[in-house]
Amino acid sequence: MATQVFKIPESFRKDAKYTFCPGCDHGVAIRLVAECLEELGLTEKAIAACSIGCSVTIYDFLNVDSLEAPHGRALAEATGIKRACPDKFVFTYQGDGDFASIGLAESMHAALRGENLSAICINNTTYGMTGGQLGPTTILGQVTTTSPTGRNLEYYGYPIKIAEHIALCDGTAFSARVSLDTVPNIRKAKEAIKKAFEVQIKGLGFGFVEILSTCPTNWKMTPQKAHERVKNEMMPVFKPGIYKDITAEK
Amino acid sequence: MTATITDKKVLMKGNYAIANAAVLAGCQCYFGYPITPQSEIGEFMSGKMQELGRAYVSAESELAAINMTIGACSTGVKAMTSSSSCAVALMQEGLSYAASDQLPVVLISVMRGGPGLGNIYPSQGDYFQATRGGGNGDYKLIVLAPSTVQECADLTYKAFYLAQKYRNPTVLLADGLLGQMMEPVQFKEYPYPEIDNSDWKLTGAKGRDARIIRSYAPLADNQCVYLEKLFAKYKQIEENETEWEEIGTEDADIVLVSFGSTARNAKTAAKICRQRGLKVGILRPITLFPFPTKRLQELSAKVKMIISVEVNMGQMIQDVKLAVNGKVPVRLIKKPVGAPPSPEEIVSQIEELI
Amino acid sequence: MSSIVIDKSKCKACYLCIDECPKNLIKVSDDTNNLGNRVVEFQDPQHQCLGCAMCATRCPDLAITEVYRG
Repeated sequence: MATQVFKIPESFRKDAKYTFCPGCDHGVAIRLVAECLEELGLTEKAIAACSIGCSVTIYDFLNVDSLEAPHGRALAEATGIKRACPDKFVFTYQGDGDFASIGLAESMHAALRGENLSAICINNTTYGMTGGQLGPTTILGQVTTTSPTGRNLEYYGYPIKIAEHIALCDGTAFSARVSLDTVPNIRKAKEAIKKAFEVQIKGLGFGFVEILSTCPTNWKMTPQKAHERVKNEMMPVFKPGIYKDITAEK
Repeated sequence: MTATITDKKVLMKGNYAIANAAVLAGCQCYFGYPITPQSEIGEFMSGKMQELGRAYVSAESELAAINMTIGACSTGVKAMTSSSSCAVALMQEGLSYAASDQLPVVLISVMRGGPGLGNIYPSQGDYFQATRGGGNGDYKLIVLAPSTVQECADLTYKAFYLAQKYRNPTVLLADGLLGQMMEPVQFKEYPYPEIDNSDWKLTGAKGRDARIIRSYAPLADNQCVYLEKLFAKYKQIEENETEWEEIGTEDADIVLVSFGSTARNAKTAAKICRQRGLKVGILRPITLFPFPTKRLQELSAKVKMIISVEVNMGQMIQDVKLAVNGKVPVRLIKKPVGAPPSPEEIVSQIEELI
Repeated sequence: MSSIVIDKSKCKACYLCIDECPKNLIKVSDDTNNLGNRVVEFQDPQHQCLGCAMCATRCPDLAITEVYRG
């Protein structure tokens, strides 16, 4: 008798179909979020603060109460939700532009205050929904529609290493960077998301996961090449790892 | 400063009266960032909310404060923020979202001088900011304008009630004068019924489909339908909630229109005019949206002149003119910024205008 | 017997699953779906599928909806 080892998570809206481009890892990340919600029994008490960009459509796919925040303000709205209802499970799902550019103040201060929130940030080194412009995580040398000759220091300065910065905040309980380039790394990513959720459940503070992800359309690559780029170009700059975990044994 | 229901009148600053009333109205969450001349509201709330086991957050900015308020309101609790002029400017994006999300956000806006950093003197320069909104798209905020410290308290109650009743962001538009002045004020119990919000608030999707509170309508047709609905609601608010005060308009030749702290001196000016044989009355809008347009239309059929008295360069006068629609001359008595013109100054300008 | 279920209406033809399958059991089919995509298909005549779920874990579109191991 065969046992089922994979299914569509209960937290996923019945019959929902992703509207992302082929090969985009948003679909994987949202599925992992859904699996973690289900496995931790959080679906019915979860409230999501959604962001702006491709990430906003998460509310079309998850069977979770959701509030759409203005660009960059997801963690401010999540703070309001959590302070009003401390017994709910509150999380954000944001892009790098939302989290680390326009919303950096809100993100950093939620971490500094040690809000009992979980934040998931997709890093694909570009502004995806608007057509592939230079973002806060665009790596040096990367060509985008607004860095036509590549990101150079003189013109554009450095990209931000989000997980490291969030780890520096005293209110952060967990901060990690993961990648979705391979199946083993996808499994590690899920563990990290689960951990970021668990620190909220335990009331330990801010839980954060930065997820290295693809944007084949704007990178003008096949899905296969895009995943190779994550490994060869992104991971050397944005090194995966756990940057803070106050629950880890010393 | 303690928040209490009072049998007798107590002497209190307008800012404290607003904060006290908000607590009594059942405000569960306060989010704010300091700015003169309203910082006493946050100061009062920081202590009181902790004492009562409610939420207070020193937000990192006004952008964060308004969005935290939106977040709290999405769960069905009463929540508010407070700010002033150049910082309310930072909240406009959030207010546009709150209007579109139909969330009962309460904003206390204590006006100071502008534009830009301006100064910390009283002003009515944010009439447009409140009634037109600086955010994007077609939307309306309910705007209440107190004229006394007692009204600061009473209209704070009302702001929470109307925000809940219509699921619409509501602004209490005070100014530095009202915020900082002390007057006797009495606090009764919150006089309004609680509104059932069980059909829309976010509580977690338990035993029901997930709810989404959003303003994003990817299809143009959806947005058309949505906006028509929103504006049907605004029409209902206009029909049900327009509020104003009228003194001596029955036989008036001249009607002054003035709101907020400025109306105090305009009232005295009308009285002085009467003593001098001029038939002057006053209409004081208490709701700026909805504006008492119909009443002004009626008055314009029987008076000779309408004068808008404001502490700005002439903002409310536009709504007055729209209501009067050219039937009688509409004139402006203004002071750009600061304490309102004195009754004598207003009287002498009325005499010049006639 | 291990197996997978593919919802062809969800397949966007990124073909990432093809590279993941350790037994090369997923191939590009001749069929197209309503999106016009040449979708993938699962063929396992010799019952080689391990039920490892690597394909489903990789699929960004939840088009591989079920995996059974046995």
